[in-house]
Amino acid sequence: MLSLIGIAVVVLGFMARLNPLLVVTAAALVTGLAGGMGPVEVVATFGKAFKENRYVSVVWVVLPVIGLLERAGLQERAKTLIGAVHAATTGRLLLLYFVFRQITAALGLTSLGGHAQMVRPLIAPMAEAAAESHHGPLPEEVRQTVRAHAAAADNIALFFGEDIFIAIASILLIKGFLAQNGILVEPLQLSVWAIPTAICALLIHGTQMMLFDRHLARRIAEGRR
Amino acid sequence: MIGLEVLYVVAGVFFVGIAVLSARDKTNPKRWTNTTFWGLFAVSFLFGSHLPDVVNGLVVLAMVLTAGVFGFGRGAPATTGPEERRASAARLGNRLFWPALAIPLTALAGTFLFKRPALAGLVDPKQATLVSLILGVFVSLAMAMPMLRARPSVPMQEGRRLLDTVGWAAILPQMLAALGAVFAAAGVGTALGKLASAWLPAGSEFAAVAAYTFGMAIFTMIMGNAFAAFPVMTAGIGLPLIVQRFGGNPAIMGAVGMLSGFCGTLMTPMAANFNIVPAALLELSDRNAVIKAQLPTALLLLLANTVLMYVLVFRS
Repeated sequence: MLSLIGIAVVVLGFMARLNPLLVVTAAALVTGLAGGMGPVEVVATFGKAFKENRYVSVVWVVLPVIGLLERAGLQERAKTLIGAVHAATTGRLLLLYFVFRQITAALGLTSLGGHAQMVRPLIAPMAEAAAESHHGPLPEEVRQTVRAHAAAADNIALFFGEDIFIAIASILLIKGFLAQNGILVEPLQLSVWAIPTAICALLIHGTQMMLFDRHLARRIAEGRR
Repeated sequence: MIGLEVLYVVAGVFFVGIAVLSARDKTNPKRWTNTTFWGLFAVSFLFGSHLPDVVNGLVVLAMVLTAGVFGFGRGAPATTGPEERRASAARLGNRLFWPALAIPLTALAGTFLFKRPALAGLVDPKQATLVSLILGVFVSLAMAMPMLRARPSVPMQEGRRLLDTVGWAAILPQMLAALGAVFAAAGVGTALGKLASAWLPAGSEFAAVAAYTFGMAIFTMIMGNAFAAFPVMTAGIGLPLIVQRFGGNPAIMGAVGMLSGFCGTLMTPMAANFNIVPAALLELSDRNAVIKAQLPTALLLLLANTVLMYVLVFRS
């Protein structure tokens, strides 16, 4: 039970809005020490785990080319393209991206998206431009909400699409865990049962996106008063 | 064979470049902090596989102290202003989209091609997606550089501009993954699972289902990762109660249980790569803005999952 102190460190640290790097490091050290490791062993365990997870950070190598294209006006071009389509509202645009992302993820095409490659250079500026063409220049706070929703659409569509694909990591993890406990299931049996939740995700988030335009209009009107 | 080690060298060289450019940027009052931080990250990428674990640990501690104590500065690499960008966008038109779309399209094509028997051995099949993504970056650069007639240093400076907006959050997902490994080594998951199965009311069929779906979500919020929560909660509540006592279908329990965990992923800063990093990348002033945007959907979907599992799991 002593090992749970690390969790308390994380929760309190995040609540106190301390620098998350310090919080996470402190939690790792405390957990190791409470679990009976020596100081050197704890640092070594953490270092080894950090080294083995470097693949998580490799994705930053995309930034130079994204920055290069932004410098040449990629975001502006994306805005022009959407601003010219009168039917494009923020809610409809994000719903369209949501459906695209969910269907492609369900087919295993999870790399057709992502925050650095798609949301920052294309989807967020398009969502902003759609809002601007209907409501005029956006107050900063509203602009940030629109951008946050662009990231949210990417996440939700990915999470509740990818499990329909049979070879995704989470399906293999479920299959493996059940097999360890003597229950044999085929990946297809699991992925089929991801479909009801995927439909619910589409209905719930889709409804929210359809209401989002009205929500934006109301917030902008309140701001002007 | 092209695998992780090659990617680590590419990333290492990239961070060396960022460190050098940071050192030369006199407009950044904290340029030595940035230089030290990215330089140490480069060391981890280039030499991490060959260094003793303790040294790797000390490198991490030095990075954390550099960022946490001295704070990050933001450089001002020369870039274009809004007017120049509008003019450039008007001149280049839709041609600008091709290099941007080349990244996901190459990633997609590579993922399939590198797994074919004819190309097996060229790329580590386990890393086909990541290798293809980085390959996509080079394809995209090869298309964009001649089109924009940019000098070779320009992409690196632009990369530094974006990396500085993300700042220390750039290593948070990796740090949290490492924390997860330490938690696992210390048996945190098992301890939490015992606590949960002792405290959660699970007397009736519905109570067992709700304890499992909400337990998955809450546990995922704490650990930042549904994959860490799944074995613990399923061994503690899912298998013994839903499947063994009440005769539920294990496939439905597993599938919907995992998706309940994903609802938790949408609500926690511990899932930094989905929630905190995008907030930094999109330059949002509220670190939790993406979580707030996801909160209504996540909660409603968690309720939906509970109802779905209750209705479906005992039927077949």
